[in-house]
Amino acid sequence: MSDTIHTAHGTGATGTVPPAIELRGIDKRFGAVHANNSIDLKVEKGTIHGIVGENGAGKSTLMSILYGFYQADSGTIHVDGKLCNINGSEDAIAVGIGMVHQHFMLVEPFSVLENVILGVEGGAVLREGVDKAREELRRLEREYSLDIDPDAIVGELSVGLQQRVEILKALYRGAEILILDEPTGVLTPQEADHLFRILGTLKQQGKTVVLITHKLREIMAATDNVSVMRQGEMVAHRHTAQTSPEELSELMVGRKVLLRLEKGVANPHSTVLQVDNLCVDTSTGVRKVKNASFTVRAGEIVGIAGVSGNGQSELLEALGGIRAVSEGQVILNGQDVTPGRGVGPAELRQRGVAHVPEDRHRMAMVTNFSAEEAAILGYQDDKAYQNGLLLDWGKVADATRHMMEEFDVRPADPHLKAANFSGGNQQKLILAREMMRDPDLLLVGQPTRGVDIGAIEFIHKRIVAMRDAGKAVLLVSVELDEIMSLSDRILVMCDGFIVGEVNAADANERVLGLMMAGVDPKQAEAEVGK
Amino acid sequence: MSDSIQLPRWIDVGVLPLMNLVLAFLISGLVVMAIGENPTEVVRIMLYGAFGYEEAVGYTLYYTTNFIFTGLAFAVAFHAGLFNIGVEGQAYVGGLGVTLAALYLNWLPFPVMLVVAILAAALFGAAWAYIPAYLQARRGSHVVITTIMFNFIASSLMVYLLVNVLRPQGSMTPESAAIDENLTLPYIHNMAAWFGIDMASSPLNLSFVYALVCCVLVWLFIWHTRWGYAIRTVGANAAAATFAGIEPGRYIIMAMMISGALSGFMALNEVMGVQHRLLIDFTAGYGFVGIAVALMGRNHPFGIFLSALLFGMLYQGGAELSFEIPTITNDMVVVIQGLVILCTGALEHMFRPRVTKIYTAWRLRQKTQEAA
Repeated sequence: MSDTIHTAHGTGATGTVPPAIELRGIDKRFGAVHANNSIDLKVEKGTIHGIVGENGAGKSTLMSILYGFYQADSGTIHVDGKLCNINGSEDAIAVGIGMVHQHFMLVEPFSVLENVILGVEGGAVLREGVDKAREELRRLEREYSLDIDPDAIVGELSVGLQQRVEILKALYRGAEILILDEPTGVLTPQEADHLFRILGTLKQQGKTVVLITHKLREIMAATDNVSVMRQGEMVAHRHTAQTSPEELSELMVGRKVLLRLEKGVANPHSTVLQVDNLCVDTSTGVRKVKNASFTVRAGEIVGIAGVSGNGQSELLEALGGIRAVSEGQVILNGQDVTPGRGVGPAELRQRGVAHVPEDRHRMAMVTNFSAEEAAILGYQDDKAYQNGLLLDWGKVADATRHMMEEFDVRPADPHLKAANFSGGNQQKLILAREMMRDPDLLLVGQPTRGVDIGAIEFIHKRIVAMRDAGKAVLLVSVELDEIMSLSDRILVMCDGFIVGEVNAADANERVLGLMMAGVDPKQAEAEVGK
Repeated sequence: MSDSIQLPRWIDVGVLPLMNLVLAFLISGLVVMAIGENPTEVVRIMLYGAFGYEEAVGYTLYYTTNFIFTGLAFAVAFHAGLFNIGVEGQAYVGGLGVTLAALYLNWLPFPVMLVVAILAAALFGAAWAYIPAYLQARRGSHVVITTIMFNFIASSLMVYLLVNVLRPQGSMTPESAAIDENLTLPYIHNMAAWFGIDMASSPLNLSFVYALVCCVLVWLFIWHTRWGYAIRTVGANAAAATFAGIEPGRYIIMAMMISGALSGFMALNEVMGVQHRLLIDFTAGYGFVGIAVALMGRNHPFGIFLSALLFGMLYQGGAELSFEIPTITNDMVVVIQGLVILCTGALEHMFRPRVTKIYTAWRLRQKTQEAA
């Protein structure tokens, strides 16, 4: 495929149907960063086309150019063989491009119908447009078996259904080409399967789908063709049937990576963390964690699996001292340290709890701080960093340099602004800050979210090394693969409850998937056994 | 998706403010032309009026002193993410502290009085800032609203105190008794005379030196102490602060009280340095202009010093201007000041996208040339 870039009018040399999308020589720079370096891409009509690449490879930038959020510095976009000038999302919609964003753009208190017609109400009087829309919606829903009630309130729908509302929105606007940006990040395996069935139907109806993801498994399962990006360049185009995950990951990273984590048998001993009947409420009084009880021992990794939003985040934040506990007890090394009752993050840190929060931009760092400022967050009162009343920035810079060396943070410049590091390097710096404190208990949430493959491997190795050094590790992740490859024991959370515990050695993705949906473990096993 | 790219500091704190300033003066020039005066003549008079002779410089720096204090005050709160509109009121109440100390502890020797007056100004200003700070930190009442209200309360309170309590018997003007001559801040021209240097007399006094000291102290505090670090963390990302064990409410209160204390210091200049008594409305809007001073100075003490100097110049040069050219009334001067505030404060980001584009293109050309 890669060698068929045509200069004549966009149609193929054989005179067949023009490609749904053809990008030629797309170039985009952000300051010194060359986000897209003369990208050529052809997406054939009526196919599912995957685009894979590490974070920062330029996939999102490319799609943003296609959807009109950014304008390319040079290069052209052709849709159905016609040269298009896309200067905003309205232009993209006008030529039949629809986008389903990673973070949904929905008004939660509105109904499905209201969300779908938002912006295309068709006249000042709402009623008329609504009636017409309802009919059209029924048709679309039947045609693509989307299975959504148009009058349901969006805020009450599950994440998987909300995503379908987004798809419906795009289709309602006449999208012939649908771009999905990391669509499965928030879905259970079952919901993801359903999504791919829908995408299959769309394809059968002649629609074109562009799927951006970093999950190779999905690429292999769902796409017809795949394009690989690396460091702003398009490095390869393949027919999915003629490639393998190993080849793709090698193309993405530029070298071979281990997809399976090599780790020895755990050797757990004394209990470090004991949680008894823990309940955590949000500030609005919604109970998010319900009677959770479990232990984490020194020398083991306990993983908490679950679809995001089922209480894992609140549990982790409570254990980190950020959220007050409503009921129950947290015991660390035999002492009551229940957060909220006089115990906060500062004291927990002193007692040997390190916390890598799930959302690094929201919580683990301040993006306009320099790397050295970010490297002391949480430890700003440490005597080692003080010189009398003043902070000793010389010592802080030295400590930061040491962290950067140890965790291979690039560029190793303590004065650089934290925002200017890639996601993987930001995360490595945060992990270095927390892990190099030699804590007894490491709480770690989504350690590799938005992190490229090379860094994922590194981070996983360091977490296992912590375990092997006899530390207790509690891992929260929505990536089932990550949970399964890192953990020694797996707890599954659904709707705030811990529905069951599985030994990682005999964990099965489908059983875990059913448990994540709230099915009792025994029943789940029986069902999978059938 | 990367954020807007980072411009080098010299553009960010040098070129951009300068461009905004030039724009402000260009528009002012048009306004001056519209009323039939010659803009270059106006500029000449203004510059001469502000820096042309010794006395003028003294006056300019005297105004600058007020702006340094109020600018610093606003900036400290701003680093905690708070928009302290209440500098005016806090300075006013700070003046009460200075006056009470100077009137009722008038047996103290001057050096001790100096320390006591500084403490009193800080204490009263901080106390007045504490209530809105507490309401923000613990009750979530927005500090912008409460500090505005506290300006009005301060104003009414001071009128009451000046009319009913502090006014000496028999006096018809709502002002306090005069501060003992031995307890006022020495003028710079007097201090120069001690060393045998002859200087024209002006209201410029010792508080100017203290303002410069405060610049250094604020710089140290914000960027070189763990409390300043905590305040900046709270201001930039409250969730990260909570994660780091920095309780946001505590540092909101701390930042506001320091802000209030710095506001109070303005009274050292006005009450103890120049007027030698507590006057009604002695703050005269310096607290509000301090907002513009801080924003234009990028909330950095050095920037605040420069922009305070600019506003000092505008005040002094402007006064001279309306004196020299009768058609340019005092209101015209206010228009010019307003334009400077508008362009440097409110329209701060107007030129940024274009400058960023030009800079990026220029860097690119350089790089390709290097490569060639």
